Amino acid sequence: MTFMHIGKDFTPPDVEGKVTGDAKYVEDFAMEGMVYARLLTSPLPSGRVVSIDAAEALRMDGVLGVLTADDLPPSSAPDDPVLAADDVTYIGQPIVAVAAISDAIAENAIDRINVEFERRGFVTDPLESLVEGGPNAYPDGNVLMQTNSLEDENATIRGGISTIKWPASEVDKLRNGQEPQGVDFADGWTYGDLDAGFAESEVIIEESFVTAGTPHHCMEPRSSMAKWQNGKCYFYASTQSQSAVVEPLADLLGIDPADVCMISENTGGGFGSKGRVYPTMAITGKFSQLLNRPVQLRITREEEYYLGVGRPGMQGWVKTGVRADGTVAAVDVIIISDGGPTGRNSASSSAQHISVVYTPTAMRLRNIPVFTNTAPRGAQRGPGQNEMSAAIAPIMDKAARELGMDRAQFRRVNAPHSESPVYEYQGPVTSAFMAEAIDMATEMFNWTEREAAPRQRVGNKVRGLGVGLGYHSAGGNGYDGLVRITPDGRIHLHNGVGNLGTYSYAGTARAAAEVLKCRWESCEIVRGSTDRHLPHASTQGGSNTIFTHTRTNWVAAEDAVNKLKAIAATEFGGSGEEYDIGDERVFRIDDPEQGMTYGEAASKAMEMGGSFSGEEYPDDIHPITQRAVQGIAGTGLVGVAKDNLEKRGIAPGLMISMAEVEIDLDTGKYEVIDYVGIADCGTIIHPQGLSQQINGGAVWGFGMAASERHVYDPQNALPANIGFYQAKLPTILDVPIEMPNGAVDIADPYNPAGGRGVGEPSQGSAVAAVTSALADALGHSFNRVPVTPDMIVNFINEEEQEAKLLALNTF
Amino acid sequence: MNPKLSRRRFIKGVIYSSAAAASGTGYYLATAQTNSNAVVERLLSLTVNGQTRLVDVAPTETLAFTLRNKLGLTGLKVACNRGECGACTVLLDDVANYACSLLTHTVKQTVITTVEGLRAADGQLSAVQQGFVEELAPQCGFCTPGQVMSATALLMANPNPSREEARQALAGNLCRCGAYDHYLNGVMRAAELLS
Repeated sequence: MTFMHIGKDFTPPDVEGKVTGDAKYVEDFAMEGMVYARLLTSPLPSGRVVSIDAAEALRMDGVLGVLTADDLPPSSAPDDPVLAADDVTYIGQPIVAVAAISDAIAENAIDRINVEFERRGFVTDPLESLVEGGPNAYPDGNVLMQTNSLEDENATIRGGISTIKWPASEVDKLRNGQEPQGVDFADGWTYGDLDAGFAESEVIIEESFVTAGTPHHCMEPRSSMAKWQNGKCYFYASTQSQSAVVEPLADLLGIDPADVCMISENTGGGFGSKGRVYPTMAITGKFSQLLNRPVQLRITREEEYYLGVGRPGMQGWVKTGVRADGTVAAVDVIIISDGGPTGRNSASSSAQHISVVYTPTAMRLRNIPVFTNTAPRGAQRGPGQNEMSAAIAPIMDKAARELGMDRAQFRRVNAPHSESPVYEYQGPVTSAFMAEAIDMATEMFNWTEREAAPRQRVGNKVRGLGVGLGYHSAGGNGYDGLVRITPDGRIHLHNGVGNLGTYSYAGTARAAAEVLKCRWESCEIVRGSTDRHLPHASTQGGSNTIFTHTRTNWVAAEDAVNKLKAIAATEFGGSGEEYDIGDERVFRIDDPEQGMTYGEAASKAMEMGGSFSGEEYPDDIHPITQRAVQGIAGTGLVGVAKDNLEKRGIAPGLMISMAEVEIDLDTGKYEVIDYVGIADCGTIIHPQGLSQQINGGAVWGFGMAASERHVYDPQNALPANIGFYQAKLPTILDVPIEMPNGAVDIADPYNPAGGRGVGEPSQGSAVAAVTSALADALGHSFNRVPVTPDMIVNFINEEEQEAKLLALNTF
Repeated sequence: MNPKLSRRRFIKGVIYSSAAAASGTGYYLATAQTNSNAVVERLLSLTVNGQTRLVDVAPTETLAFTLRNKLGLTGLKVACNRGECGACTVLLDDVANYACSLLTHTVKQTVITTVEGLRAADGQLSAVQQGFVEELAPQCGFCTPGQVMSATALLMANPNPSREEARQALAGNLCRCGAYDHYLNGVMRAAELLS
């Protein structure tokens, strides 16, 4: 299909504000009479609040009030409470909030509050908690028994605290890379005949692996500000959606969702950590309600590392069976997740990564989310899939080598296509063109020739080549679209998805312009504040925006087109089918002179009322969209619809990366010197935006491979990495100076615009390409990320590794 | 290294950034107690974006705090407040500096430029801003004002940089979105626009 807008670059409306400094983020909004809140946080990793004495603080000039857990809706473990009381579960956990007329006074008041704690035992390494007699993160147990699936990765985990213990001998087996026997697991799934798969395998590889937990490092901390006006709460937050956070925030504040106005024009990075309401939002909301003044709670960089969520770590074991022809017959995987105090884990999605990109005939997952007294955990870019991608790539390389197969060819043999069954239920995908992506990358990187060339050591440098695959389910459905044409001919594209800087809020709006066959200059994207009447939208997360919201924009615009035609038929006779659109006019097909402009049709819609101008709307739209339509009713021609388009199974976002690394054997430092990333994300919607997502994800992959990690001191559970420098994200000097990329650009049949998302798998394929390349260069896989210079130097010098076997929290 | 960035100034900056990192909130160095008896000039005359601005500044206040909270110049961002990320980068006498790591009292003799000061009077974007727009350099945008200022300082000192020189010039500006190559494309485009 030839499109007017889709597949072409454009200037998203928010870019200029970003380069001029006009773009506003939460802390840039200041209000007359604003009050500043600060947090007293826990110095203990585990315990209970016995008493709080804030009398002295409250007597200070300028202090306006304090909040404790008693002032907020009750929360039950293992939910991350707004303010902790009965279960203090990590260092840096908020206990008391103070409001004052200045930030400095609030901070000083914190020092005048006395909190008496009762200490409890704590744990930082899941395996230590799993062993019989080992410490538990909660008095009631050590393991999350999850009661809902994480189909939506932004969903709140539901479940209870339970206890699972293994004999020391079985924990030792796992530590030594062997399968533990006769032990309990919390959860898991199986498909196919595992034993038959291993029986027909030519090569069986059994390995253990570790992936470290990682902080999100959003450049903008999760600050928030709230003010009340005329009974309505105006809330300024850094979120991944304007609409998806409204109802949970209303719940936290105990008010009607209609009384929340969420303002989030720009979000300085979310990466999964701002997909939902963050608990500290309740503090600003509550204080502003009580004090009847605007309240800002600034979260510092250091606090981000304590109370911002992070990616769960994994300790695991995997046994892989591969047939002589290179097809993967069976994969058996055990994952022990470091769930922090929230138990959040990505074990199932980790295993699903394998099921999608290596399409094994049979597979089993057994897993346990273990609580630890470390940072709360949540979704982070490609949760599960990306860290598994890092771990499994060198293992699959090993299998390919033992079979004498080219590593890219091995992946091509197993690549998912449009009829491949995926996941534990072996369901369908909307489409998949992984083999085409592999071919494109192979050619662009000149893989075959480079892979065949001998690896030569030059001085103290060795080089290695790697290939990695990335996957994430990249598309939802069932949300609503809303467009409005006003009498001046302007086309307003209402959009409730967040603005993380992927520009997909704008790229997806272009689907509506496509359907309306209008100039982009005639369109205006309406977004950023729910007061601007935004439809029910997904979060901007899970790589879903491109698929999900091209569909919502498409159906809303189709509704508008149908109304344009019906209005013209009323004016000029006949039925709607006798009319077409073009040049922002609706006209008779057999006599194009008979017609009217979009602006004239909008005026007519206002006269006609009913569904034409939004006084009536479909029954199946969400209450948030209903309120949005009510807000704009009578102001133009309103197109509104729920996305009821057909969708078959999972919409996969797929990536392949190829990388070359150069390792300095004296220092252990390595650089990614060449990199290519190719996406299978359906039709390219926005080329520059796609390039940003492919390469941005790759930078994340390099960080996961080389440097990013949580580290907790086992003596005191103190986090060691509480700064950019310590938990180091890549700088511009850590990435190749050029990063060519591309996409197969084949339409997905379940999206009228053809697109699927790819923001997350781009990290997974990149980290995998690097771990694969390191193993290629060294002839040894560490089976863990990050791979640090110390590990390389110790390996070269045949010294004992500090990062022992399955240990977490290593430097 | 830019000759205007003296070793002495660099060391001073590092010392201040350590002090900022050691303070509790790390946002500003001023506390309620330090306001009282010190005999220090409070009313400073600062040259910011071509204007003279009179502003009441506490002795231990950082430039980032003064610009954002006293002068309303919120373009620069405070993302780490300890000299790690560069989101608060401003120009002092055309040299890129971290505003979070300087005390306002130490810069009263300098010409300060923030991201708000780059646009022409008629609203036209500067070459760096235009280059960044054309190459879709920003993602989330939080680090962008700092990237813009570092790139601007580079092109003032070296209007025709190589890609490697541009990379070195932006090395003090972290971007979590990983938009590094797009920023580099933006700098190179800006250099073309200037030539």
